[in-house]
Amino acid sequence: MSRSCKAYIAGVYEHPTRKAVDKTVPQIIAEVSLGALKDAGLTMADVDGYFCDSVVPGLGGMSMAEYMGLDLTHTDCTETGGSSYVVHVGHAVQAIAAGKCKVALVTLAGRPRAEGLATLGARDHGGELPERGFEIPYGPAVTNLYAMAAMRHMYEYGTTSEQLAWIKVAASHHAQHNELAVLRDVVTVDDVVNSPMIADPLHRLDCCVISDGGGALVIVAPEIAKSLGDRCVKVLGHGEAIKHLNSGNFDLTHTGAAKSGPIAFAEAGLTPADMDYASIYDSFTITVLETLEDLGFCEKGQGGKFVADGNLISGVGKLPFNTDGGGLCNNHPNNRGGMTKVIEAVRQLRGEAHPKVQVPDCTLALAHGTGGQISTRHGSSTVILGRNDA
Amino acid sequence: MSQQERTYIDPDVNMENQAYWEAAKENRLVLKRCTSCGKTHFYPRSICPHCWSTETEWYEASGKGTIYTYSVMRRAEVPYVIAYVTLEEGITMMTNLVDCDFDALRVGEPVEVQFRQTEGGWALPVFRPVAAA
Repeated sequence: MSRSCKAYIAGVYEHPTRKAVDKTVPQIIAEVSLGALKDAGLTMADVDGYFCDSVVPGLGGMSMAEYMGLDLTHTDCTETGGSSYVVHVGHAVQAIAAGKCKVALVTLAGRPRAEGLATLGARDHGGELPERGFEIPYGPAVTNLYAMAAMRHMYEYGTTSEQLAWIKVAASHHAQHNELAVLRDVVTVDDVVNSPMIADPLHRLDCCVISDGGGALVIVAPEIAKSLGDRCVKVLGHGEAIKHLNSGNFDLTHTGAAKSGPIAFAEAGLTPADMDYASIYDSFTITVLETLEDLGFCEKGQGGKFVADGNLISGVGKLPFNTDGGGLCNNHPNNRGGMTKVIEAVRQLRGEAHPKVQVPDCTLALAHGTGGQISTRHGSSTVILGRNDA
Repeated sequence: MSQQERTYIDPDVNMENQAYWEAAKENRLVLKRCTSCGKTHFYPRSICPHCWSTETEWYEASGKGTIYTYSVMRRAEVPYVIAYVTLEEGITMMTNLVDCDFDALRVGEPVEVQFRQTEGGWALPVFRPVAAA
């Protein structure tokens, strides 16, 4: 127990469903909460802090607190899209350190597949949204927004579709071992670049899956972690940032990870080279590539070379990533991938990932979320995690 | 060369941005600049996001710029091109590229403003390659 930390992740749970036709969203939230609390060795009665996104049913977390019978002294529904849950880890640590709660529950659930929703198409956020009229009439679907970042990255740095494809290839190598993954077939670079073009230069296989489900995390104070045993994982550092269009002065080759990463590494007193494993938000292949550069795993513009030739495949490359198959192949519940990023990092640090993808002696890991759209506005959050004895 | 074009939905017109949309109806692209710090911002606001002065004014833009990036949305009923165009005035705005060969577009290419009528009779600034003029 060399490195000090203010809080531990004591429990995690990923819902096994990928299409929840027979469950309500509150039901899934309760199921993942019970799963994560059981994993931690705790119960609903122990929870005094609740963290959720803004798409949870009800006003903030109040309806779900009532549904689950929680007795709370602290709540936080910070919303940064799919990265919310990585933000929540950081905020839970802060709340625990400030003495506002001792057992924090973080949840995510949704059922876009069962409800017949896709991410394709413009999203209506209401008339008071100030940028709405200047964007929505032009047809920003999710894919073409990420595609514009990829197009610019290719223009500036010579990044190729084949290099981006390696990210999907790596995810598929991991997903073949995950019996719950939506896409389990191993794919090749050719498979990716020959899949149908959705929005130039992104192909169908550059995109993540759409899935139902959810997950939960339980974050606890050090004195509670002590009583729960060595499966608790240390939260060593956290950073977050919002990047937006900056009044029309922006670039699309960087993400908010360029800010959130250094903050998290500084807090942990660690560097990218120290990481044994990384969960990198993978809504699209380009999301991973830009994030790896921004976090400092390679220089800006070198992401294409970095990800090529299996460098992200566990047991093959230097930086094993998303060993559950990630959002690209396994699960992207409610179009929000931050939760599963934290969960797989915890599995790796506990030595509980699938044996075929488990990183030997995994001691230090990173989980990063990117929520919203990298070509308009997004919230980035990075956490640095350590094994119990790290 | 010219493809079938999609139907353009109306912008959200409100008291803060009405002058922009009224100008677009007259086929003019106007921008907001701050008379305190001199900087242009986009989208137009009543408070300058650079120096937070309330002294902002409308002015007519050149309508000329270059493609910062773009993407052809192939998986749509009527394929279309979304883009960011950097104007001579320095700001970069989301738009569509029209009157162009989708497969011949390139980042950095000069473009000029055009206007397309929306469903409800408003007009939307879009851009086309200068070479197409």
